[in-house]
Amino acid sequence: MHGGTAALAIALMLGGSGAAARMIHVGPGDGAQERLQTALIEAEPGDTVHIGAGRYALAGGLSLDVDDVTIRGDGPDRTILDFTAQKGEGEGLLITSNNVVVRDLGIENPAGNGVKSKGSDGIALVNLRVEWTGGPKSTNGAYGLYPVSSKNVLIDRSVVKGASDAGIYVGQSQNIIVRRSRAEMNVAGIEIENSHDAAVVGNIATNNAGGILVFDLPDLPQQGGRNVKVSGNQVIGNNHPNFAAPGNIVAGVPSGTGIMVMANSRVDVFGNQVVGNKGNGVMVVAYTQAFTDRAYNPLPQDVSIWGNDFRANGSDPAFKGGKEIAAAVGGMLPPVMWDGITRYAVPGTGEQRQASGGVRSDVPGITLNLGTHGTPATQARPSPLPVTAFPAMAAGADGGITLPAALEARSR
Amino acid sequence: MTRALLALLLLGAAPAPVVQVKPDLLLTTDAPRLADYGLFDAADNPAPGVQPYTLGTPLFSDHAEKYRFIWMPPGSQAQYRPSGVLAFPVGTVLIKRFGYPADLRRPWDKVALVETRLLIHRASGWAALSYVEEPGGAVLKRAGKRVPIRITGFDGQPMSIDYAVPNQNQCKQCHQDGEAITPIGPTAGNLNHGLFGDGPSQLAVWQAGGRLAGLPAANWPRLARWNDPAEPLEARARAYLAVNCGHCHSRGGFASNSGLYLNPEEKVPAHLGIMKRPVAAGRGSGGLSFSILPGQPDQSILVHRMASSDPGIMMPQFGRSMAHAEGLALVRAWIAAMPPQTGAGG
Repeated sequence: MHGGTAALAIALMLGGSGAAARMIHVGPGDGAQERLQTALIEAEPGDTVHIGAGRYALAGGLSLDVDDVTIRGDGPDRTILDFTAQKGEGEGLLITSNNVVVRDLGIENPAGNGVKSKGSDGIALVNLRVEWTGGPKSTNGAYGLYPVSSKNVLIDRSVVKGASDAGIYVGQSQNIIVRRSRAEMNVAGIEIENSHDAAVVGNIATNNAGGILVFDLPDLPQQGGRNVKVSGNQVIGNNHPNFAAPGNIVAGVPSGTGIMVMANSRVDVFGNQVVGNKGNGVMVVAYTQAFTDRAYNPLPQDVSIWGNDFRANGSDPAFKGGKEIAAAVGGMLPPVMWDGITRYAVPGTGEQRQASGGVRSDVPGITLNLGTHGTPATQARPSPLPVTAFPAMAAGADGGITLPAALEARSR
Repeated sequence: MTRALLALLLLGAAPAPVVQVKPDLLLTTDAPRLADYGLFDAADNPAPGVQPYTLGTPLFSDHAEKYRFIWMPPGSQAQYRPSGVLAFPVGTVLIKRFGYPADLRRPWDKVALVETRLLIHRASGWAALSYVEEPGGAVLKRAGKRVPIRITGFDGQPMSIDYAVPNQNQCKQCHQDGEAITPIGPTAGNLNHGLFGDGPSQLAVWQAGGRLAGLPAANWPRLARWNDPAEPLEARARAYLAVNCGHCHSRGGFASNSGLYLNPEEKVPAHLGIMKRPVAAGRGSGGLSFSILPGQPDQSILVHRMASSDPGIMMPQFGRSMAHAEGLALVRAWIAAMPPQTGAGG
């Protein structure tokens, strides 16, 4: 198989449902692009496309549009899809079907995104490595792992390095678990955007400009980000210079940010180790720009922060006015900072709306008391955030979010 | 275009045997060879009932010449729709043949076909198939193919085009409406032009020929011809963007998550890109803050991405390997003519 002209071998196996699920093998060598894409097109539900160990130099993106298919390599350092010479398509691997597992693969230097799913119900990205091997650069692709407009999303045991936007980015999706993964040297490590019912659990986000972001943006088909659990993560030393192209929302994330929550409601940040982030351990803000979308709520609401291990954060904030604020409170920013924006005017109507609930923290924090959306940070009136005692709260390993058992079983 | 098509149709010297369209095969089978369907004879003449049509504003495809045909089952009719594609009966085949002339300055001369794409309306929905020219005839290619093209360019210099035949999934990405595959081109507005730009509207011709039902007496929609300087700038630019971008950038399209909608019906300024900030553009934003900054084409992400041929930046993401200078100039002119905005969005 390896390098030979026999492009594809098909071995029959019995599937659990009684249908004939096949294992389709593809090996490296001549014509790999066409052989891989042909396998992904000819796969049928239940099939596994096995990509054998080796390096595959690919000139274009690959895509899968068949439900219930597993794409499997021999390990993230053994089966390597190399997109260094990519000439077309916006991602390395695109998934547009349901109940798909992609696992045990390395993806190097995609021109755009690494692995994207669009509109998938059931997408698991497991034991993958997406890496821009030239190190962090603004010319690297945007996202490493990028499920969007999807539901029942699992990202597990994966690594992303060097993304010029977010290493792991889940957008406009629902019912999401990102766990046991590592994001390093990206602009944003892990980002949950315009999504609801998400758990970010047991990951390592280190040496990014910002570690873990929970954002909501206007003018999009799905907005109203809510019910996001950020738990049991190690968020360490996210002090990398921000190398995003200006204009992108993550370009505004100050280097040194551990966890940042923007314009989401019901966000719980608990049981994390947040260490050595020079700006903020946790920053909670309203959407930072003006907007015209009447359906959009720019406020963070009901954000709870408890039981985290905060150490050595806030020593050298890079954001505008940060040093002055730090000086005013004794040299180090406390672990939690909130912009204190609690109301906004609906565009076009001027109707005033209030946040339903603010930021609660069991450790010292600071609020800038900006009040109304659009008030510039130069008008900050910092004051301590009251410390809230939280009752002992038990959360499940995945923050109460569960995925379909069959998808979990295929991802083990 | 007229001459280009005639040249193509007249390629063969001797009269070829008459072929017949094979409707049952079209409905049931992804034939391995284009010739199996009987849509064209060996000299590339269309079979009886295979009719040419043209669009007022076509998609840019790396300067390829494109020849469009439609076949509908005898006696059947398309139903008029004011927006979106016409409702074509099951059995319809939409055919697009791509080719290059030896010299782009003589588009009617020495045209070599590269591929033929079919959209077949089967009982289960539309199927998209691409047949790539090979010695001995065009063969089905599901996984796509890159075809090196060597021709003479508009400047008289040798020109290389890394022509990409789309794979089957890419066909669907563009031809997507929700979960279904749909044609893109033959909308009432884009057919409301004479064949090859001359004569009566194709809507009227189709109606008179019994191939189109439900056409109202008046007020037919009309998509502007993108390259007709007599038409209003905005209408031309919107038509160009609708055809080149709107198939993905629409609420049911592949790029629905972007919030940028360029289909002809869109009215909301932010969704048209005006003062719209990037969402997931990554480095595609080029360091710019808005899809369209009125009055400032050089500060508009739309222009930046249309001008690029870098796969991480360029839009559309596939279907071209080079920028379309004339289309880009049109969109630039449209943005430049917009009155600058203050306040909103930034």
